[in-house]
Amino acid sequence: MAEKVLMKGNEAIAEAAICAGCRHYFGYPITPQTEIAAYMAKKMPKIGGCFLQAESEVAAINMVYGVSATGKRVMTSSSSPGISLKAEGLSYMAGADLPALVVNVQRGGPGLGGIQPSQSDYFQATRGGGHGDYRMIVLAPASVQEMASLTVKGFDLADKYRMTAMILADGTMGQMMEPVSLDFPEPEKVEKPWATNGTDMAREHNIVNSLFLQPDALERTNFERYERYAYIEQHEAMWEEYRMEDAEICVTAFGIASRVAKNAINEARKQGIKVGMIRPITLWPFPVAPFKAAADKVKSFISVELSMGQMIEDIKLATECKKPVYLCNRAGGIIPSPDEVLAAIVKANENGGDL
Amino acid sequence: MLTNDKRITILCGHYGTGKTNVAVNLALAMAKTGENVTVADLDIVNPYFRTLDSATAFDEAGIRLICSRFANTNVDMPSLPPDLYAITDDKTRRVVIDVGGDDSGAMVLGRLAPAILAEGSYEMYLVVNRYRPLTPDVPSTIEVMGEIEVASRLRFTGIVNNSNLGAETTAADVLASVDYAAKLAKAAGLPLVATTVEQSIYSDLEGQIPDLFPLTLQNNKPF
Repeated sequence: MAEKVLMKGNEAIAEAAICAGCRHYFGYPITPQTEIAAYMAKKMPKIGGCFLQAESEVAAINMVYGVSATGKRVMTSSSSPGISLKAEGLSYMAGADLPALVVNVQRGGPGLGGIQPSQSDYFQATRGGGHGDYRMIVLAPASVQEMASLTVKGFDLADKYRMTAMILADGTMGQMMEPVSLDFPEPEKVEKPWATNGTDMAREHNIVNSLFLQPDALERTNFERYERYAYIEQHEAMWEEYRMEDAEICVTAFGIASRVAKNAINEARKQGIKVGMIRPITLWPFPVAPFKAAADKVKSFISVELSMGQMIEDIKLATECKKPVYLCNRAGGIIPSPDEVLAAIVKANENGGDL
Repeated sequence: MLTNDKRITILCGHYGTGKTNVAVNLALAMAKTGENVTVADLDIVNPYFRTLDSATAFDEAGIRLICSRFANTNVDMPSLPPDLYAITDDKTRRVVIDVGGDDSGAMVLGRLAPAILAEGSYEMYLVVNRYRPLTPDVPSTIEVMGEIEVASRLRFTGIVNNSNLGAETTAADVLASVDYAAKLAKAAGLPLVATTVEQSIYSDLEGQIPDLFPLTLQNNKPF
């Protein structure tokens, strides 16, 4: 499919997953991500894949565990409250070093909240979500095209590092329609010698498990896993810099917030304000390097978020609080307007960087 | 002509083909000629990007909106508006019905179908977009069309070619859809009522495509 098609973000994720060789989808409906399941329900039977609407989110994530253990590419998707239900399964998968793609199309919270877009699951996603010491690779698309390309990337990273990769989108990214090209190369065959896919009586059987009888054996897996995480932090961070060359104020935003921020930055630039943006594409690993570099140049940072301020903590950590970091936010399902972001930029510019 | 002479115009089609945008523009075009127009938003599938987003334009044009009380709220409630029966009971107004996608969306029409058929003054248009990935060709579109007719208990009377790639649509994209739309109309045995095109490229295509209908995108999103 080299020609462009018009897709919803959710549909783009589903089609890209199929392009990436995913033939197993397990989920439970929840707005605003249901189009992923609907698309899979239509498409999977036609290509010899499996779409299964589980009896609950808990069941779905455990089905993902099972298929992943056999070495197949597998995914699930949900929205905020549903991801909380999957958290136990995510932790078990981390403990068993199982790869999978998990999609969270966030909605306003906490609790049942509402169906409008939000970014308030940042903490949950970047700190693992479930219990125990573990990480997930967290990818934050900002266009329908990225919803597709980061889905493919997510499967590759998950297999490469034997861990879950999460697409952290929001209700608007899931629902908005944009042209997208789904011209992806054939997925590379990844060897999975650990998979429980039959011994043919030719090898010892594999065990996929997160239970260890001896405490020191369990400790060893934790240390080994964190060596892998350290390597990922060094090698897999992704980000975009926008008009940062001479910037004195650095706006930071991901996903839908970065699109609003871009509009505000363009407007501020017209007024002669030197402002740019660092847009993290991976939220874990957080792109520390560009923030460290920017901290020596800019007067301040403004974190634009659809939450009460979560990524702001990672900016402070990455910059080691060298420069002040301010918050420009809306919450509970509201998207800030470009004018609100512009007002923050103008005010910071007038106050020597301070908000 | 998209602005036909029947009292009720129903817009159905595959999910995401742009029915709502066509409905809004059609209603505004009808209202411009001085008619009393009602827009009935019967979408029980998609709680986002609704006709309600055009409430201000409707107010200014004197268009009445029948719409679920839960559109654009914090819940995804597939409920019908309480004033649903005004569509068929109040025969003094022309009605444009914006129906949810696919057969699951068209199901709501089944309830109104007896009254619509009894009155006998309606057009039901299949809105198509060949750039939607699940309906890129004639057979896949015909399949969806059949499913909608079964669910709605009504027959289509025409095709509206709304092929587009969103904000990036070029005149060439629209031209490249004409053949698909013509073949589809032939296969379905229905007239191709209109090909829609965004206002800014309308003049590039005027005279090249029959029954060209200009659209203004009802989109003032901040992103």
